[in-house]
Amino acid sequence: MSDATQEQTGPMVAADGTPLKKSLARSLRMQKMRALALIAPLLIFVLLTFLAPIFDMLFRSVENQIVSDTLPETVVVLADWDGSGTEAPGEDVFRALYFDLFLAAEAKEHTKLGTRLNYEQVGISSLFRTSGRRLDDVGEVWQDWLEDIDDQWGEGAFWFEMMSGGPADGDVLSSARTRLATLTGDSMRGDIGFEPSEAISTLLPRTAREYTAWAVFTAIEDEDVVAEEDPWEAVYAALAVDLATPGKADDIAAYSGPGAAQLQAVAAQLDSLPPVDIKGAFADIDEDWLAIDNWAAIQVYSPKYTSGYFLNAVDMQLGPDGAEARPENQQIYLMLFRRTLVMSLAITFSCIALGYPVAWLLANLPARKANLMMILVLLPFWTSLLVRTSAWKVMLQQQGVINDVLVWLGIVADDARLVMINNQFGTIVAMTHILLPFMILPLYSVMQTIPPSYLRAAKSLGATNWTAFWRVYFPQSVPGIGAGSILVFILAIGYYITPELVGGTTGTFISNRIAYHISSSLNWGLAAALGTILLGVVLLLYWVYDRIVGIDNVKLGG
Amino acid sequence: MADMNGDSAFVEFDRVQKSYDGETLVVKDLNLTLPKGEFLTMLGPSGSGKTTCLMMLAGFETATYGDIRLGGVSINNIPPHKRGIGMVFQNYALFPHMTVAENLSFPLEVRKMGKAEREQKVKRALDMVQMGAFGGRRPAQLSGGQQQRIALARALVFEAELVLMDEPLGALDKQLREHMQFEIKRIADSLGITVVYVTHDQTEALTMSDRVAVFNDGRIQQLAPPDKLYEEPENSFVAQFIGENNTLEGVVKEINGNRAVVQLDGGEIIDARPVNVTKPGERTRVSIRPERVEYNKDRRQEGVHTLKAEVLEFIYMGDIFRTRLRVAGNDEFVIKTRNAPDQARLQPGQQIEIGWLPDDCRALDA
Repeated sequence: MSDATQEQTGPMVAADGTPLKKSLARSLRMQKMRALALIAPLLIFVLLTFLAPIFDMLFRSVENQIVSDTLPETVVVLADWDGSGTEAPGEDVFRALYFDLFLAAEAKEHTKLGTRLNYEQVGISSLFRTSGRRLDDVGEVWQDWLEDIDDQWGEGAFWFEMMSGGPADGDVLSSARTRLATLTGDSMRGDIGFEPSEAISTLLPRTAREYTAWAVFTAIEDEDVVAEEDPWEAVYAALAVDLATPGKADDIAAYSGPGAAQLQAVAAQLDSLPPVDIKGAFADIDEDWLAIDNWAAIQVYSPKYTSGYFLNAVDMQLGPDGAEARPENQQIYLMLFRRTLVMSLAITFSCIALGYPVAWLLANLPARKANLMMILVLLPFWTSLLVRTSAWKVMLQQQGVINDVLVWLGIVADDARLVMINNQFGTIVAMTHILLPFMILPLYSVMQTIPPSYLRAAKSLGATNWTAFWRVYFPQSVPGIGAGSILVFILAIGYYITPELVGGTTGTFISNRIAYHISSSLNWGLAAALGTILLGVVLLLYWVYDRIVGIDNVKLGG
Repeated sequence: MADMNGDSAFVEFDRVQKSYDGETLVVKDLNLTLPKGEFLTMLGPSGSGKTTCLMMLAGFETATYGDIRLGGVSINNIPPHKRGIGMVFQNYALFPHMTVAENLSFPLEVRKMGKAEREQKVKRALDMVQMGAFGGRRPAQLSGGQQQRIALARALVFEAELVLMDEPLGALDKQLREHMQFEIKRIADSLGITVVYVTHDQTEALTMSDRVAVFNDGRIQQLAPPDKLYEEPENSFVAQFIGENNTLEGVVKEINGNRAVVQLDGGEIIDARPVNVTKPGERTRVSIRPERVEYNKDRRQEGVHTLKAEVLEFIYMGDIFRTRLRVAGNDEFVIKTRNAPDQARLQPGQQIEIGWLPDDCRALDA
């Protein structure tokens, strides 16, 4: 035998000469495929209904596309503005903002952006909402002026004729489609019955861009015929912007396409064009448009992805110069994280302290009595969580059972009843009660596998009851404590209902804050960031636990 | 009782009774005395009370009635950890979270022994069971036989004078078991310790013990050295339980000193040695060991009693031949013959005549 093994120098090979490892893998492949097929339904179910939504949710913690999707041009122009200075952005930024915001307001997307930016800068939400309604007035100035020159400027058919005809400019159309698609999330495909002409888009680029956007919106969102509709005010503003461009009069004189006569008539009266001061128009709508803070917030949150939510989640904020600590009176999340961890630890330890003796008794009683006790341990699982938590409210409140008994016994004065609920004490008591079975069950199943002969052996070797327990029994039950602790701690750290009901203000967890952001403040990004951090903390603790205790040492049974 | 408390009585059970449920006695009136240095085996079927006796001696069960004395002192109220009795458990009970050396060191640590002394004693104990190189291993890394040796070393390391063993070899395979039987006996003899050994394996009991106590139904059926137990069983339970045995049932016709005439149920009349039959008319079981039966006329001694028999089955077992016969209506009558060159191999269906000395034939209770 030893001779044979000495002869073998290279890797082991099977009878046909293929490496043994490969041969083995091949023979096991069928088994593996079958195993995979057996778990596939559950795996797919979990992936689709559990993991995918979770990752989608977590992704929201860095996602910030709404700013650049809603204000694409503004974001680009604003990038050059010095946010740490003292001057509001210039006219070019306000022009970009006007056209971005006008379209967003028509598509009813501007309030969403307002809500989003309001998380970072209070007041932006109302600024966007009121401005959205009054943007029409800005363009009407030039519309009136144009219609005074020639009534045709108020007619959709004339506009349609002027904008189309001749060779088409496909780029303008496709970029308008993309712009609206990004804004609304709809596909914006389909025939719109209009193609901007190349000649007009060269002559009046801004006008062509806004008219085409209007045309796409009219044809696809409103499902109207482009040629029969009057363009919106932004198109007039765009024409005014184009006309105000230096040297435009000469270009118009050289133009000979549709509407050339009307355009030349307008060019002749350029002197009377109402001044193109969109910054001033915004300032008229609301003085806050000149506030540096608002613009700084927009600039900081321009990128598609942001660390802002995560910084928020750790009591910091994103300023023009990068991350900075929040003012003292706005800090809350670190304190909540700390409280959640400390209270979860307290709950875990009280579960060990209360559960260990019970599990020991369960494991050492004769089967019949043990089964009866097991039913008592499992009984809470058969009642609603809400009922159990509410029961603790009845027990612990100041006019509750425990206080009544204490007062009746004379231990506590009637006017000094103990405050045991709506604080940390209440949360710890109620959650210890609710999570206790999760400690007892793994402890019990581990203890069951420890034969009583170990304790007997220790005693026969001269150990006292305590030494025998501490040196022999306890070390063998540690895997059960580990399993129970992981279970209880991880359940506790994400618990929501019980702290919500009995926690008051000082006994609530980070999960209550997450729920608040999900359902009340609708700041899902922040909720996702808080959730991601919570998940990270749990994984980190799990890793630390693995390093110290070893996950192999965790037993849930057998 | 005073005479039994002399130097020879090291362990003593005095009218000990044990009941778990208050309705039935598991141990009924046990009286047993062990001198120092004796190797006593408690042998019996499961449920016979032998393990309960051991547990009472170790202190894990309390006697319902009676006294257990160790070195003349009643230990009924002494907790197990103060009794100083070494014990080897059926499944070894080696602490899985400690190394072999830590396991052995444990009894010394709880006795607050110094580190150097502990290490020296652990080493000596490990060497004694030839496991010196395994001190750093965990029990799970050892084979069954090795674990067994460690368990033995642990029971001996704190120099207990009395060591209890509860079926310690039950989990080992046959060859290892036989080897360990010899090993345990050797160590026990060389240390001069007193051993109470519980087993249900009669071969083990016979090969290892100075004396064997055969338990059944909560009582000691017979307490005797192995040879006496085998050759002179005092009742039919012991005769059946120890070794292989042929029984023929019948009625006592007359008793004349150390001769009893028994009429078997088939009508045959034979002589037997009366053991626990007292008067004619009693039913009896006559017991004959298979190897004391001879079918070859040439080898039979004087005064042999003969009966007719029919061969039913012949089994070749290597060193011996085992032949099943029908004798006096009993189909389970077995004879064993040595595999000698001149030994005939009987054929099924063959009619033969068998015989035995009346002294080898014991008339026991029915």
